[in-house]
Amino acid sequence: MSRARADEEEYWHSSKFRAFTFDDEDDELSQLKESKRAVNSLRDIVDDDDDDDLERVSWSGEPVGSISWSIKETASSSTSSLEGRDSSLQKGSSSYAAFPKQVSSYSLSSLFKGRNKLPSFQSLSDALSDTGVKNYAPELRRPKTEYKDYSSDWSPKDTVRRMQRGKVCSLERFRSLQDKLVLLDEAVAGHDGNVITAVLIFLKRTLRREILFRELEVRQVALCHLIHFLKETGEQKLLLDLLRFLDRTEEVALSQYREHLNIQDVEKRREFLKVCIGLPFSAEDTSHIQDHYTLLERQIIIEANDRHLETAGQSEIFRKYPRKASILNMPLVTTLFYSCFYHYTEAEGTFSSPTNLKKTFKIPDKQYVLTALAARAKLRAWDDVDALFTTKNWLGYTKKKAPIGFHRVVEILQRNNAPVQVLQEYVRLVEDVETRLNLATKYKCHDVVIETYRDLKDRIQLTAYKCKVERGSAEEEKINSILSN
Amino acid sequence: MAFAGRRDVPEAPDFGILKRLARDQLIYLLEQLPGKKDLFIEADLMSPLDRIANVSILKQHEVDKLYKVESRPALSASDQFCFLVRPRIKTMRYIADIINADKMSGRSRKYKIIFSPQKFYACEMVLEEEGVFGDVTCDEWSFYLLPLDEDIISMELPEFFRDYFLEGDHRWINSVARALQLLNSLYGPFGKAYGIGRCAKMSYELWRELEEESEGDGQGRKPEIGNIFLMDRDTDYVTALCSQVVYEGLVDDTFRIKCGSVDFGPDVTSSDKSIKVLLNAQDKVFSQIRNEHFSSVFGFLSQKSRNLQAQYDRRRSMDIKQMKNFVSQELKGLKQEHRLLSLHIGACESIMKKKTKQDFQEMIKAEHSLLEGFDIRESTSFIEEHIDRQVSPIESLRLMCLLSITENGLIPKDYRSLKTQYLQSYGPEHLLTFHNLKRIGLLTEQSAGETLTAVESKVSKLVTDRAAGKITDAFNSLARKSNFRAISKKLGLIPRVDGEYDLKMPRDMAYVFSGAYVPLSCKIIEQVLERRGWLGLEEVVRLLNGNEFLVSGSASAGLGVGVPGAGVSHSALPAPDSAAEDNPAWESQRVVLAVFLGGCSFSEIAALRFLGKERGFKFIFLTTAITNSARLMEAMTEAKA
Repeated sequence: MSRARADEEEYWHSSKFRAFTFDDEDDELSQLKESKRAVNSLRDIVDDDDDDDLERVSWSGEPVGSISWSIKETASSSTSSLEGRDSSLQKGSSSYAAFPKQVSSYSLSSLFKGRNKLPSFQSLSDALSDTGVKNYAPELRRPKTEYKDYSSDWSPKDTVRRMQRGKVCSLERFRSLQDKLVLLDEAVAGHDGNVITAVLIFLKRTLRREILFRELEVRQVALCHLIHFLKETGEQKLLLDLLRFLDRTEEVALSQYREHLNIQDVEKRREFLKVCIGLPFSAEDTSHIQDHYTLLERQIIIEANDRHLETAGQSEIFRKYPRKASILNMPLVTTLFYSCFYHYTEAEGTFSSPTNLKKTFKIPDKQYVLTALAARAKLRAWDDVDALFTTKNWLGYTKKKAPIGFHRVVEILQRNNAPVQVLQEYVRLVEDVETRLNLATKYKCHDVVIETYRDLKDRIQLTAYKCKVERGSAEEEKINSILSN
Repeated sequence: MAFAGRRDVPEAPDFGILKRLARDQLIYLLEQLPGKKDLFIEADLMSPLDRIANVSILKQHEVDKLYKVESRPALSASDQFCFLVRPRIKTMRYIADIINADKMSGRSRKYKIIFSPQKFYACEMVLEEEGVFGDVTCDEWSFYLLPLDEDIISMELPEFFRDYFLEGDHRWINSVARALQLLNSLYGPFGKAYGIGRCAKMSYELWRELEEESEGDGQGRKPEIGNIFLMDRDTDYVTALCSQVVYEGLVDDTFRIKCGSVDFGPDVTSSDKSIKVLLNAQDKVFSQIRNEHFSSVFGFLSQKSRNLQAQYDRRRSMDIKQMKNFVSQELKGLKQEHRLLSLHIGACESIMKKKTKQDFQEMIKAEHSLLEGFDIRESTSFIEEHIDRQVSPIESLRLMCLLSITENGLIPKDYRSLKTQYLQSYGPEHLLTFHNLKRIGLLTEQSAGETLTAVESKVSKLVTDRAAGKITDAFNSLARKSNFRAISKKLGLIPRVDGEYDLKMPRDMAYVFSGAYVPLSCKIIEQVLERRGWLGLEEVVRLLNGNEFLVSGSASAGLGVGVPGAGVSHSALPAPDSAAEDNPAWESQRVVLAVFLGGCSFSEIAALRFLGKERGFKFIFLTTAITNSARLMEAMTEAKA
């Protein structure tokens, strides 16, 4: 252990990764900002009207004339055809010139316009002759009838080969089970999933399912293809039968549970989840499904209640902070945040109270504190934040304790613009001296900085810090008094 | 890492022809439905299509109105509908609904479906079931390859990752094989093929089969791409899960680069508009900072803006003639540069702001500890707190996966507690996400399999490598392990650095992760290219679950299957051995097509570009899609149907 520790120290103290840090905002950003200033100062010179060589782009940034752009246009005005737009476009001599200027701007891609331009049309054969390839996509030009070839007796191997080349082959003559399986094995050996699936479609149609399943059990590659095919076509019943046949009970359960994603109506979804609890999941997953069901059940109750409260306009919190979205189908932690935000003081007996949620779903302390802290800090309820970390020991003394590092607490508070008085109380509690100093300096918690240097007996740093505090302030006095002692 | 006699890096072949081919074929297909028609385009196809064609091209071929598939079709008077779609069941149902509604109301129209990049039988089955099979004509638009940049080609198939690695569906392997066939015919023949992963192997085999059937054009042609290296994404999840810190990667993580372009919002443009910016080698500013560690970018940008200022300032001391010259010749270039500079400065500012808010520094620290494998407890509590505070669900998931892969699974107590807290913070339905992550092996619980590791390592000491391999396979079938720690040690992925790692003058590929970690995927490629094979990497390969291969002179060779380090050796065809490689005529031997099945990240691209410069290689990237940690995680979540 101590060795690992030492290694680690060595690691982080070696300068290997010091070269660049993303936390080093000041340095790098200022460099960037400088560059930006320099570049921006040139704008006046650069932005003149001389833009004839630039491609127009629409407000969304797509070059006008690009396909994505046109589709958006069709979607927004399906009545006017490209034709209509065309006529307006073609008033100018060049094709895009008449497009209204205000909707256009420069697109970078215009710089490479040479590549977007209509190429001088070379025909396919022209293009190919200089590389010496003759038969790229020769099938295209053949009449369709040639594709069909029902009469010949292709061997299983040839059948598979022809199918790999995209030709239509009748599989009807593979009637004995033996023939069918040889065909399937050939398809698998040919590595083309498209053909494997085609053969499976044929087998599925011409074999009783138990027999098909039995044969697939010893053909894993083909089996994967059938399962994937059934998933894609949505043949859920057959899929479940197959999985049951294979004794893959967990997959049976998951595959059924998956269907809840397609149920929009919450009541129906809740009913469905209730049924899912009984599916053959592992013990661990069963409890997750149970929780999913319970959570939705709760959310339905809370939602009904709160919607009523909100529309009635009686409750101050809902008036002050109207809900942005419904709580239905949200994750547990989001629900907990919601309940800490709107229902913090409720007694444990009510479904919407945070303590009730914590108990029902066995939310770990750490998770609970993080979420409650975020919610209360957002409301700037600093007393609640204080209470969250205050514990009393048996003698009645109070002490601050947190299941998460206090540096995290500081960060969350800071993000919610906590005042310095609140912030410094928690910065003081950060155990690691270096982190504490960093945070205190960053967030200007002068008292904490001064006290820490005092405890470290670091006169030099303390003297240096004097220039960071306001002249004639209480902090400066404090430093002076420490230094003179 | 200094390499004696650094060679010049060869040029990348010109991939513009790929765009032309795709465009011409699309035009051909549109002409198959003569007359005015409305075109319905799948949302995912819009951006790729924008990169190769534009509205006027479509209009020239009598496309009247454009719609997005999935939006309710407007009342249209058109007699012909054309659908440009990915082969998806859901889309087939959408089309069938339109056709059936028309039939009900007695409207008759012509319908055509163009599948890109190919048609699936399952789609036709749906059309048949819905009773519209005879009412539509179907075609395929073989738009397999979209060149995003001079050295990046994307198949734009983000679903490849989930389809293959999670669902075990091989449907896209044919598309990969066809993409390889096309590249081989235009820029090949590829001399040497390396690969690792099951999918890599299957794609390679299917491609060879396609090649054998075709007449074998271009045999006498001088190849432009000499080598290909295929790799499955599951060979290395760790790299894809790390936070990116090279500029292009950060831009992707922060703003999402889509099909080679990015939407910079008002916070970047410092105006009320968003601007869509194409990010590639043509952008003179971007091309110089894209591969740099973020910390070097500031310096570069400020230097650049100072230079720019100086150039403008010259104006003051000019006479009329000089001024005229300045305006006619230089001003335009300066203005372009000015626009680009202010955009990238804006982007940097916005990234800084976002990252500082997110505790990025602490997160990187935790990530580095995970990669190095110490202080796991502290990282675990960091993740826990991340979850409890409801910071981004995707980030939390990503960190858990990183913990799981680097530690070969979470200890059951941690797994249970993190999972419970995750469900409480982000929603119980993520139970499904956890199940998916377990299935794919990204987030697992240490189980009986873990105690086996001890047994296994004992056993493997006693028996030969071969047998040990077999035993491992047996163990692996019980629980797929990532073995990251062991691999990392073997390949030296955590650089030992005394003093400061100079990110401005990187010494190895680790710079893309601040000097803390060499991306595994890129390290494998480096090692294999250096050794010209898998020889000496047997142990690493075993830890990576095998499936490596090497074929030289691909025109006639088969696959060296299974046996570590085997592969067909330099016998059959003129093997590009060292003598040949020193010959300038064999420039193409130093061009490597790196194929990432399941996606690659910009950090990996940057790392390999760096490696290429060091060793005189030119890497061309072919990926099923550009990916990053967020995309991988999002692919694992379940959405409603």
